[in-house]
Amino acid sequence: MKTIKLKINGIETEAPDRTPLLQAAERMGIRIPTLCHHPLLEPYGVCRICTVEVRIRNRVRMVTACNYPVTNGIEVFTDSERVRRNRRMILEWMLARCGHVPVLNRLAEEYGVTEPRFGRGDDDCILCGLCVKVCSEVVGANVLGFFDRGPNRTVSTAYDRTSDRCITCGACAQVCPTGAIRIKDDQEGIYQAMPMGPLTSINIDFMQAVPRKAVIDRDSCIHFKTGKCQVCVDVCEAKAIDHKQEDRVEEVEVGTILLTTGFQLQDPRVLKEYGYGKYKNIMTSLDFEVLNNAGGPTAGKILTADGKVPKSIGIVHCVGSRDQKYHEYCSRVCCMYALKFAHLIKEKIHGCEVYNFYIDMRCFGKGYEEFYNRLLREGVNFVRGKVAEINDAALDPSEEGKLIMRAEDTMIGVVRRIPVDMVVLCLAMEAKPEAKHLSHLFSCSTGKDGFFTEKHPKLAPVSTPADGIFIAGACQGPKDIPDTVAQAGAAASAALSLIQRGEVETEAVTATIQEEMCSGCQICVGVCPYTAITYDKGKNKSSINDALCKGCGTCVAACPAGAAYQKHFRDQQIFAEIDGILAI
Amino acid sequence: MSSTPDNFEPRIVAFLCNWCSYTGADLAGISRMNYPANVRAIRLMCSGSVKPFFIMSALHKGADGVLIGGCHIGDCHYQTGNHLTKKRIPITRELLGALGIDPRRVRLEWISAAEGQEFAEVIHEFVKELKALGPNPLAGGDHAH
Ligand SMILES: Cc1cc2nc3c(=O)[nH]c(=O)nc-3n(C[C@H](O)[C@H](O)[C@H](O)COP(=O)(O)OP(=O)(O)OC[C@H]3O[C@@H](n4cnc5c(N)ncnc54)[C@H](O)[C@@H]3O)c2cc1C
Ligand code: SF4
Ligand code: SF4
Ligand code: FES
Ligand code: FES
Repeated sequence: MKTIKLKINGIETEAPDRTPLLQAAERMGIRIPTLCHHPLLEPYGVCRICTVEVRIRNRVRMVTACNYPVTNGIEVFTDSERVRRNRRMILEWMLARCGHVPVLNRLAEEYGVTEPRFGRGDDDCILCGLCVKVCSEVVGANVLGFFDRGPNRTVSTAYDRTSDRCITCGACAQVCPTGAIRIKDDQEGIYQAMPMGPLTSINIDFMQAVPRKAVIDRDSCIHFKTGKCQVCVDVCEAKAIDHKQEDRVEEVEVGTILLTTGFQLQDPRVLKEYGYGKYKNIMTSLDFEVLNNAGGPTAGKILTADGKVPKSIGIVHCVGSRDQKYHEYCSRVCCMYALKFAHLIKEKIHGCEVYNFYIDMRCFGKGYEEFYNRLLREGVNFVRGKVAEINDAALDPSEEGKLIMRAEDTMIGVVRRIPVDMVVLCLAMEAKPEAKHLSHLFSCSTGKDGFFTEKHPKLAPVSTPADGIFIAGACQGPKDIPDTVAQAGAAASAALSLIQRGEVETEAVTATIQEEMCSGCQICVGVCPYTAITYDKGKNKSSINDALCKGCGTCVAACPAGAAYQKHFRDQQIFAEIDGILAI
Repeated sequence: MSSTPDNFEPRIVAFLCNWCSYTGADLAGISRMNYPANVRAIRLMCSGSVKPFFIMSALHKGADGVLIGGCHIGDCHYQTGNHLTKKRIPITRELLGALGIDPRRVRLEWISAAEGQEFAEVIHEFVKELKALGPNPLAGGDHAH
């Protein structure tokens, strides 16, 4: 684009031909007041507060800077006496309608308007139209518009009713210079959103996210609701935002696979007696981790749902673990993170009473028992006993709004009733429901608690019966991070050693189909769990791939023609065994 | 071993899968659990590889009972091998009934590698049941002694 020369307040400068004057001035650091202008929107030019003086070949004109295109040789005055007089006049008119709006009063002060000649009105909308324009031009919801004329002119929704086209994005409130539009907070909604959920439509999941990249939350992104917005696309200098991106399925060929699919936290709603979802301020351990995280919604401050600092917190160990009703096993990590929570609460909230309800304290690792002893010294209250119930039944006004925890303290043999401001449930680590499906997909197996089973608990702890498939981490059983990392290291090196070797050892007990006896019935093809058998249509024969066969012998027993046999388990060998053992 | 009804000691041939039941039987031994010495184990890789023919043959050759042991459903080392066992054994038992052999002489049990105790209990029970049934009528045929 052509560059032109112009002079602003006596200083020579250059700008691309026909750029808005406001922009050219801003680039030089010259501030011109604006009200109806927003960088994301097409200039509108209604408020006229940005009026400046332009001299073109001895002709002087008053123009609005936000939408005036610069041309070669113009001379601009942004703060001349004539300009200031003009702005004072505009402000007086505006104050006559909106006498108490802070932006106007700030400008009035700046331009020395103390006693507006036409009085001060009580409206708070200056009719700049930014909200109307943002809603239609950017958001694309077209909810707001101008209604009526002259002094009665207003901005509103059609027929002044709540519009069902409004997607509550809040863009109008965001751009409104006077604060006339307010988004009402729905307390219930805030509580629901508090523990988690993205803070903005485009966000980085959390500080330690891998990869640490921004993602768009489709549910709240305006573009996916109205097809417009895409403000982020303009702002992103790397041009990395693409709303058209879709999930893709890619096929990658690999020789070994590590299954590290982890765990899920037990659903707290199952334990009705603990009132999760029913009362505020009862959260899962994972919610607490999020709340306590410096990158979390409260920037790491431990606050109740109504934003107060809790004076007492109850932490319940073993929720759903070591419990015949839910999971018989111990989740291993809860005791230690429950202690970690207690320690962090003590550190962050001075004087907060922390109650840890436990069945047994399982501090199994290096330095763990020492940590427990340290907490005893820090004044954490340890109550040995299972919490029976949590509710909000206050006995006197001091307990109003508190959560009442009831548990038998088995150390002193009494039932205790402890009112607290917040409860953290340390829920069981569970196998993911999809682990079963994965185990079929990868030819490994799951135990009765749903976690993947290792080939041998001591001798092959990261291997599975399927060669080249390794497991590590919480998908194999509940464990903490140090154990997960140790196991993952072992699994990775086991996988590497396979890759290094470049070849796999096959089972010695594989099955073989004697071609001359095979009738081509394909019964074996259907029974093989490893899809090791293929049927050759041309020859009308089935054959076994030695590399895939695991030697279960199922096909051998199924073959009606007796064509399949298993090495080391041939019929003659079995019969000889039967003969042998019946001979004594 | 005598075959007279009063001091009759049944002979059991057990086809045990390598991964669960055979290991379970091993565990019963390692854990020093007591169970009758009437059972003789044949190790196979999976209960799914037990041919009905093996069972028939064992009975024909004079076994008083045949035990088939496999992993619990869902735990088969080969994923679905025992699904076939589960279908195959009842059919085999029906067939035996039709041939005049008491189907109770063939027993299918899911015994995991950790269930040494269960293995011992199964043998106790089976021996008791076979004692009540008496000797296999086929014993004393060609292959009996
Ligand atoms: C509240 C809480 C606090 C804890 N605090 C501590 C602590 O202070 N110290 C400590 O040592 N341990 C702690 N732990 C334990 C710790 O979380 C686990 O040890 C650790 O997360 C296990 O890591 P993992 O990688 O095996 O599983 P996960 O962390 O569960 O990771 C599994 C990953 O696999 C992905 N995935 C799952 N399925 C698939 C699939 N089909 N395809 C692709 N990806 C998939 C998941 O999205 C996930 O990212 C805590 C646990 C909880 C619940
Ligand atoms: S298009 Fe971009 S800026 Fe607009 S709502 Fe979606 S993420 Fe936010
Ligand atoms: S022995 Fe088992 S794994 Fe091998 S081909 Fe036969 S059915 Fe498949
Ligand atoms: S800002 Fe230019 S006319 Fe309103
Ligand atoms: S391996 Fe035990 S039943 Fe298949």
